[in-house]
Amino acid sequence: MLEIFEITTLSLQVSGLATLISLLIGLPFGTWLALGDFRGRSILLSIVNTGMALPPVVVGLVVAMMLWRSGPLGDLRLIYTPWAIIIAQTVISAPVVAGLTAAALEALDPRLKQQLLGLGASRMQMIWHLWREARLPLLAALMAGFGSVISEVGASMMVGGNIKGQTRVLTTAIVLETSKGEFENALALSALLLVLTYLINLALTWIQQKAKR
Amino acid sequence: MKRNFRIIFLVLFLAACSQPPTKNLLLVSTTSTQDSGLLDVLLPAFEEQSGYTVQLVATGSGQALEMGREGNADVILLHSPAAEEKFMDEGYGIDRRLVMHNDFVVVGPPNDPAALRTAPTLDSAFERIFSNAVTFVSRGDDSGTHVKELELWKNANLDPTGQPWYIETGQGQGVTLSVASEKEGYALTDRGTFLAYRPNVNLEIVFEGDPFLKNIYHVLTVNPEKFPQVNAEGAKAFSDFITSPEGQEIIRTFGMEQYGEPLFFPDAEN
Repeated sequence: MLEIFEITTLSLQVSGLATLISLLIGLPFGTWLALGDFRGRSILLSIVNTGMALPPVVVGLVVAMMLWRSGPLGDLRLIYTPWAIIIAQTVISAPVVAGLTAAALEALDPRLKQQLLGLGASRMQMIWHLWREARLPLLAALMAGFGSVISEVGASMMVGGNIKGQTRVLTTAIVLETSKGEFENALALSALLLVLTYLINLALTWIQQKAKR
Repeated sequence: MKRNFRIIFLVLFLAACSQPPTKNLLLVSTTSTQDSGLLDVLLPAFEEQSGYTVQLVATGSGQALEMGREGNADVILLHSPAAEEKFMDEGYGIDRRLVMHNDFVVVGPPNDPAALRTAPTLDSAFERIFSNAVTFVSRGDDSGTHVKELELWKNANLDPTGQPWYIETGQGQGVTLSVASEKEGYALTDRGTFLAYRPNVNLEIVFEGDPFLKNIYHVLTVNPEKFPQVNAEGAKAFSDFITSPEGQEIIRTFGMEQYGEPLFFPDAEN
């Protein structure tokens, strides 16, 4: 019972932190992509959109190779620690947040930007207003980013190692219980994961709908 | 148009009915036999001789037997004698035969911080790990290797659970070796998997040779009286093949070329 609590807490901490970092990277980057006017913008945008579909196992493999002691970042000694999972999950969810942020801002009426600047808003004030205007799809971007990492198992398994009490998260615990033939436990953990994801999305949706009014 | 669909459906239905009895064989095996590469040699030889197509599911022994209990297997190849006997006693299995053995070894970092190389007995080797509190990486997945490791701690009258240096991966042998290598810890492994992974990990054999470290493989058929879908004929063909002189010869010579030593030792009596 205590173990389940630990695993759940770790899942939420790791995926929550990864989503937060993704937001800090993806929101400015997606905004830059949507509002910027530079050569190669559509190529960059298509790369980010491809990044939204990055297979977690591929991310896990690349991050693991970086973090192995034989790899370029091996001296940091991060492999098989929660930080390794946070790094991998950030790589997975940052493109999701960036891509959906760009899509949300591009969907706004382009005249709004001109208007704001015409009214004498600074660039920062203009961006702030655009974010406020697009807050509903931006919250959806956040939910999608969190959803992509709380549910992934490939990367967590490879870079975290599923070590009991250290890097075991809900999804890797489900894989383990299945491989032990403990299908009831696996189903119970699955239900727990779904309920948690639902509650978090419920909270975010509530904030989103409140923001609508 | 609608009629066409009906005709197509009917044809497909009849085609499905007229299929010859299934030639697929669902083999559930432990990861160690697959990771070592033995099945890559053994299965094609069996398929060619018998005409069966083998669907291989490689998993820990715990899940292997659970799959048998659900009827999701025809034939099982594994190395968990106590769990197998329980499985037989419960009536889920028939026709259990001795196939081969290999052995377990204790591997660790080359500098061997707990001096296992000089340990006189198996028990003392585990005592040294315990008293030095050096990292030990356990499978932690109810697999045959994990069960064996727990027995070894028990024999030495030690309980490592909850110790900060005792790490459980809950994954296969390959990953467990990789974790041991990265964390500079010790681990129990079957020799075959270790030899296959040795180029990729910074680990060496630090203790071997105790008779208790023998790893015995049996093949058993899932009881077709419990699960009529079980392909008992195919299971018998596989059991016959793997214990035949031809199958045993493949086992005996496997790995000689690549590693310069055999990974498995054939034990079938005929």
